[in-house]
Amino acid sequence: MSLWKEFSKGLYEQNPVFKQALGCCPTLAVSSTVSNGIGMGLAATFVLVCSNLLISMLRKGVPAKIRIPIYIVVIATFVTIIDLAMAGFTPDLYARLGIFVPLIVVNCIILGRAEAYAGKNKVLPSMIDGLGMGIGFTLALLVLGAIREVIGNGTFLGIPVFGVDFEPVMVFALPPGAFIIIGFILGFIAWLEKKRSQKTAGK
Amino acid sequence: MDFQALLIIAVGAIFLNNFVFSRILGICPYVGVSAQLDSAIGMGVAVTFVLSMASMVAWVIYTYVLAPTTVNLFYHIFALQAPPDLTFLNTIVFILVIAALVQFVEMVIQKTSPALYKSLGIYLPLITTNCAVLGVALLNVNAQYDFIESLVHGFAAGVGFTIALVLMAGIREKLELADVPQAMKGLPITFVLAGLIALAFLGFSGLKLM
Repeated sequence: MSLWKEFSKGLYEQNPVFKQALGCCPTLAVSSTVSNGIGMGLAATFVLVCSNLLISMLRKGVPAKIRIPIYIVVIATFVTIIDLAMAGFTPDLYARLGIFVPLIVVNCIILGRAEAYAGKNKVLPSMIDGLGMGIGFTLALLVLGAIREVIGNGTFLGIPVFGVDFEPVMVFALPPGAFIIIGFILGFIAWLEKKRSQKTAGK
Repeated sequence: MDFQALLIIAVGAIFLNNFVFSRILGICPYVGVSAQLDSAIGMGVAVTFVLSMASMVAWVIYTYVLAPTTVNLFYHIFALQAPPDLTFLNTIVFILVIAALVQFVEMVIQKTSPALYKSLGIYLPLITTNCAVLGVALLNVNAQYDFIESLVHGFAAGVGFTIALVLMAGIREKLELADVPQAMKGLPITFVLAGLIALAFLGFSGLKLM
């Protein structure tokens, strides 16, 4: 039961992108299409689960003063693994994501979970926490990618969703569209939360 | 020294490929520190300094330690038959170098300007996880810039970041007096604003740099 809680909190309650505004750079930069978003999300999830696992195992042996550099080295190691793996197995996706694959190292979600959770908790909950946060990150990329690809390109996963007469709004596939859409999504979530808290207060 | 080539790199990094609005790097400190003009300028200067230093240090380490060149140190020290290719260690080595560098800058600012140190708060250590810093090192390597080009690119990227921060801080200070819908206050409106400025910066893509 509590493990399920550790997993599900990352999906919405503590969603790293929508609720904590972490990991903005990759979220905005690679969410121009759904497939890019899913690829990035899964790569980050792999790093998140592995680094949480190793950091949780090491937590008793790591001196508090130098924990951050150690966390970064652990994260960078797994990022190098996924970087080489993606370059070998999915060269197209790797080319499209560009420098954002090595930049998973500086994704604040991963260091944030290491510091806030994995450094203080047991191995299994830490892995579940990493998995939940990773899936939450992937979901956020998926939502943003779907909106941007449908409006900006008229397709979903490369399949046209509108008739031939549809004129795509190019700007939503470009960086300005990413900023504007994430702004409105965050606003919508804030509005939703306010409604919810009013409801519970009224009871 | 080809001055024109350097100018093209600089203008490109400041306007065409502005780190914030076009490459989308360094968003966390961007939305975090852009609420006030003073701290925005301080952060901009700190980031520009770190970006320039990181570009130089990363170039030296890449050329003399990691890349398979004839000046590779391992090649000479161990008298290897061929220069070793250690470029797969790029990410790990760069992030460690940057972390050490930021620690150093933090110590210098703490000693020289306690007021600035206080206002930058938690964002100074966060420059380490600022993707702009690692990003500039990786972009330099990808573009195969030489030492001077790397330095100019890093410095110009910092200037572009500072311009983005200051523009945003100016608007956000005015925003305090505006009637923003309750749900959009804070982060949401900041992102929408950034989108509108990015839209304006898109106009620079019409520039022809030849």
